[in-house]
Amino acid sequence: MVTTHELTRGYRVFQWFNGLILTGVVVVTLYPFVNILARSFSSQGAISAGEVNLVPKGFNLTTYRIVASDPTFWTNYRNTVVYTVVATFIAIVMTTSYAYVLSKKHLKGRKALIGIAVFTMFFTGGLIPNYVLITGLGMKNSIWAIVLPNAISVFNLLVMKAFFESLPQDLEEAAAIDGLNTYGILWKIVLPLSKAVLATMILFYAVSFWNSWFQAFLYMNESDLFPVTVYLRNLIAGATGSDSYGAAATEVTQAAANIQAVTIVLTVLPILVIYPFVQRYFVSGVMLGAVKG
Amino acid sequence: MIGNVIAFRKFEPGGSIFGEEWVGLRYVKLFLNDPTFWNVFTNTLVLGALTLIFCFPLPIVLALLLNEVRRRTLKRFLQSVSYLPHFLSMVIVAGLVMQMTSLDGPINAFLDFVGSEKVSFMQDPGWFRTIYVSSEVWQTVGWGTILYLAALTTIDDQLYEAARMDGAGRWRQIWHVTLPGIRPTAVTLLILNIGTFMAVGFEKVLLLYNPLTYPTADVISTYLYRMGLEASNFSYAAAIGLFEALVGLVLILSANVISRRTVGTSLW
Repeated sequence: MVTTHELTRGYRVFQWFNGLILTGVVVVTLYPFVNILARSFSSQGAISAGEVNLVPKGFNLTTYRIVASDPTFWTNYRNTVVYTVVATFIAIVMTTSYAYVLSKKHLKGRKALIGIAVFTMFFTGGLIPNYVLITGLGMKNSIWAIVLPNAISVFNLLVMKAFFESLPQDLEEAAAIDGLNTYGILWKIVLPLSKAVLATMILFYAVSFWNSWFQAFLYMNESDLFPVTVYLRNLIAGATGSDSYGAAATEVTQAAANIQAVTIVLTVLPILVIYPFVQRYFVSGVMLGAVKG
Repeated sequence: MIGNVIAFRKFEPGGSIFGEEWVGLRYVKLFLNDPTFWNVFTNTLVLGALTLIFCFPLPIVLALLLNEVRRRTLKRFLQSVSYLPHFLSMVIVAGLVMQMTSLDGPINAFLDFVGSEKVSFMQDPGWFRTIYVSSEVWQTVGWGTILYLAALTTIDDQLYEAARMDGAGRWRQIWHVTLPGIRPTAVTLLILNIGTFMAVGFEKVLLLYNPLTYPTADVISTYLYRMGLEASNFSYAAAIGLFEALVGLVLILSANVISRRTVGTSLW
């Protein structure tokens, strides 16, 4: 639409401004990352003086060594990985099963089953009843407190349902005639055709579990069980006193702000590294959801 | 969800999860007479309204601007960068906000540079709303453009052609072709935004606020969190939570009805 349009003077001025605005957007979006990276390598003195901007001042790796020598950090990091893998696996199994069932138009009570799921998008039990329930079920301090309440995201469920509905029905009928039972059809016919949507769903779930902190913060009392996000939140909240850095802190005094910067960098790194490669799957997932959300 | 009955029953820790005895609307009356409740109620409305005012229209503006970028690779790069903050944990966002606004952070360095006094942003209730809303924009504006950009590509080029034939300049084309083209998307997102109006970023407020900023930062969800889980008034907190959820439900249903009557777009 733009290519065929003659370039008026006003339009060229607009393009110029547009470039300026969008450059501004990029700078504002990326600046915090660059700044935090610069801080993580800077000396405490330079940070306190407010001198760190885009490049590290007083370059050193002391803070990285301090954080890396804290065993709790690594335990929590490992927890994040474990929780993410287990939770994503369970969520995919649950969501696929529910979505596949819902995609069958001849299912009795289908409307009601969809209604139950969609209703929870707009009205939930609320924090306190959930807390009482999870505690009552004895799931405190266990991975299940993180996994089960989030095993089905209604948005993802609807995306998968829409995808399954779009698959040709004839294929499944043919498979049934060839003697496959329902599970065989799902496993051998439907899922191989759904690789793209499964990849998107895995990413959606994995990112949300990787990023989640509140469930763990709420239901876990032992620091050995925390995911790294809760570790970071405790740093930010100042709940982790200097004693947890005991030995290291006496060597070189690196104030909390610096340690925060390093922890943020180390936590955000995996996301930043895989982000460019997986971004398009997210976009396509959102599109799928928008078609029939 | 059935656990919400504890809002109307007296709850004893260690007892039945459905509470011990019926107390009717006692807890509802209790919070209606609680001055703190009305303070957090106001804060919730203000933060919700500010978020809506900024976070709803800005993605539309950004999408329109991105749509005018003609180099495809450049456009894709801009999109990738703008989506990025969406994938960060709320804890990371809070950490970044704290670092940016800290006394030795870049914002204060800039204030110092232009000769202003340094501000301890996170301790000042007057700044909380600004910080909250701007970080919200930072995090959501790029991702919010996705659906608009998709809607923009579905607009028929012939419509632009016809508009040009009729002598419409670029502004008039945007007004008469582009904006009507993305209206259904905009209305749907507006309804969804209104539906989550009351549930203003609980996690983010919880991470960013502190007792000094309670006067402007404390919202219904954080208040009920403190009441329920820190002070162990489970029933009282559940009553507030139920109230909040009901208001949210009413909001989304009425927004949906209004939009169906006026512009003919409905969520279901």
